Amino acid sequence: MELLMAWRNVWRNPRRTILTILAIAFACILLVFMLSLQIGMYEVMINTAVKTRTGHMQVLADGYNQDHKIRKVISDPEAVARILDDTPHITGYTFRANGFALLSSDQRTYGGLITGVDPVSEPRISNIKSIIRKGRFLSPSDTNSAVIGSLLAKRLKIDLGDELVVLGSARDGAIAATVLTVAGIFSSGMDDYDRSAIQIPLAHFQEVFAMEGTVHEAVITCDSLWNVGSAQTAISKAVAGLEQKRRLTCLSWDELTPGLVQSIQMDLGGGLIFYGILLIMVAFSIMNTFLMAVFERTREFGTLMAIGARPGRLTTMLVYESAFLTLCGIGLGIGAGCLLTLWAQHAGIPMGDAEGMLRQYGIPGLIRPKLTLATALAGPAVVFLITMLTALYPAVKVHRIIPVDAMRAA
Amino acid sequence: MEHTPNHMVEIIDVSKTYTQGKLEVHALAGISLALDRGEFTALAGPSGSGKTTLLNLIGGLDSPSCGRIVLDGKEVTGLSQSRLADMRLNKIGFVFQAYNIIPVLSARENVEYVMLMQGVPAKERTDRARAILDEVGLANMHDRRPAELSGGQQQRVAVARAIVSRPAIVLADEPTANLDSATGQGLLEMMAKMNEKRGVTFIFSTHDKMVMEYARRIVRLKDGLVSDDTTK
Repeated sequence: MELLMAWRNVWRNPRRTILTILAIAFACILLVFMLSLQIGMYEVMINTAVKTRTGHMQVLADGYNQDHKIRKVISDPEAVARILDDTPHITGYTFRANGFALLSSDQRTYGGLITGVDPVSEPRISNIKSIIRKGRFLSPSDTNSAVIGSLLAKRLKIDLGDELVVLGSARDGAIAATVLTVAGIFSSGMDDYDRSAIQIPLAHFQEVFAMEGTVHEAVITCDSLWNVGSAQTAISKAVAGLEQKRRLTCLSWDELTPGLVQSIQMDLGGGLIFYGILLIMVAFSIMNTFLMAVFERTREFGTLMAIGARPGRLTTMLVYESAFLTLCGIGLGIGAGCLLTLWAQHAGIPMGDAEGMLRQYGIPGLIRPKLTLATALAGPAVVFLITMLTALYPAVKVHRIIPVDAMRAA
Repeated sequence: MEHTPNHMVEIIDVSKTYTQGKLEVHALAGISLALDRGEFTALAGPSGSGKTTLLNLIGGLDSPSCGRIVLDGKEVTGLSQSRLADMRLNKIGFVFQAYNIIPVLSARENVEYVMLMQGVPAKERTDRARAILDEVGLANMHDRRPAELSGGQQQRVAVARAIVSRPAIVLADEPTANLDSATGQGLLEMMAKMNEKRGVTFIFSTHDKMVMEYARRIVRLKDGLVSDDTTK
């Protein structure tokens, strides 16, 4: 009967109840939508970084990630390949080698990062083929061909078919020099990368930079972001047992791109402050509703206590009322929030003037929230917790009611 | 005053002083009184004579400044709030001037609620609630909410709620004050019938002459003291 009483009490003042339910629902809609939007953006940012550059994981020589010294190599890539072939959740891998060099066109010279890639396996790991804006990607028959970042091409004032002179330092300390022909120009959307990157066939890189069959990175993709941890553990264990000149290590995408992780953390931090303010407002709204409910019904509580109800029974009833009100608001909020998010996920949200800035993080002009069980329930769960805690104050306040005084209340 | 088994209530030298700002108000000034089982007693007197205060003290809703109150052989004074709540639930039925029934519950649910707190099984609760509502003249009105009942009907629900828990005593604070005389008379006849039929002790506070006519004993209070005690 307490449940029935609580439900009827909730609807004693329908206008106030509806307003409170709408306040809770509004908070939940915002939380579901905003969290989904943030997660959707982070996923795009991570996937862009993973697909353009890092992969989900990389096997590297110990210390290479810190200083990118050309001598820190994987001396036996075949042995690493055998391990990766046997590791669960791995969907593909490719080898790369990197070197810094001066790049000269007829008119200008700039420093850049030359990466030797396997023309066959690289497109299976990265999105390089799909971001070629002009020309074509490298083919297995290419030797001294190159694909070059659009901003670098602009800086060097070169186009398809133009020649580019490379001058750098080889692994053995000798001079590494070659002439490349531009076969394609790519644009990843990440200005830093497009301003400095150039890719050439791995075999040609190994020849020019005296790599002697060695590489710097084994770039790996997984079947899902969630399986990266377990795959990383397995690979780390296996590569530690390899007999190589340098100890090998396996790093995940977040270890390889700390800047990306930091920008996600910063954005999440800002979001949390906003959510905190929103929750405080909802908490005050709930507290106001319940304090009013207690004040208005003081006489009734006095009567109930006079006929033998213990304060605990009244507290239980008020907690039920709070739960009903909150669950109505949360149910409505989750429903409406999910519908709104699904619509935005389907239609996409144009970012207008912010597009240029977002492109730096690899976010396209149209962003799409990503609705998951976690984004649909995490925010509303916190709302439930906060509102129930807030409603406890007036619910506990009834313990201080003295029946004879309460019944004198107007 | 010596306790005898037939005494339902013993009030021994009870005083009650309220503080209003810097002023001390002596609502009861050392009152002693014994009420027997099955009595139908009216506490009469003008406003401020201490009638309601005395009822509140007997019912454990308030505590005396000094003195003792013994109810059904058990000392009430000094009991904890939870013990007092249990005592009110199981031994006392209350009828208030302003009815004080729960607005969100129907007549039957109001009556059942007390039995729910007593732990009476659901089927028995419903049966007893229906029977008592029929007895107080509210047949066919079991499922009406207070807002759908007249003042007299609401007070009958309040009496049914007070009686249904099978209390040793019913305390009624000016039960007819908000009713017209015909309705008030009907209510008094019903309570007198219940007093006779069930043997429940009734104590009223009133300044209504009609109520006093129904009472078999009239205790008159003045300035917090018993000024007259008449048994018919």
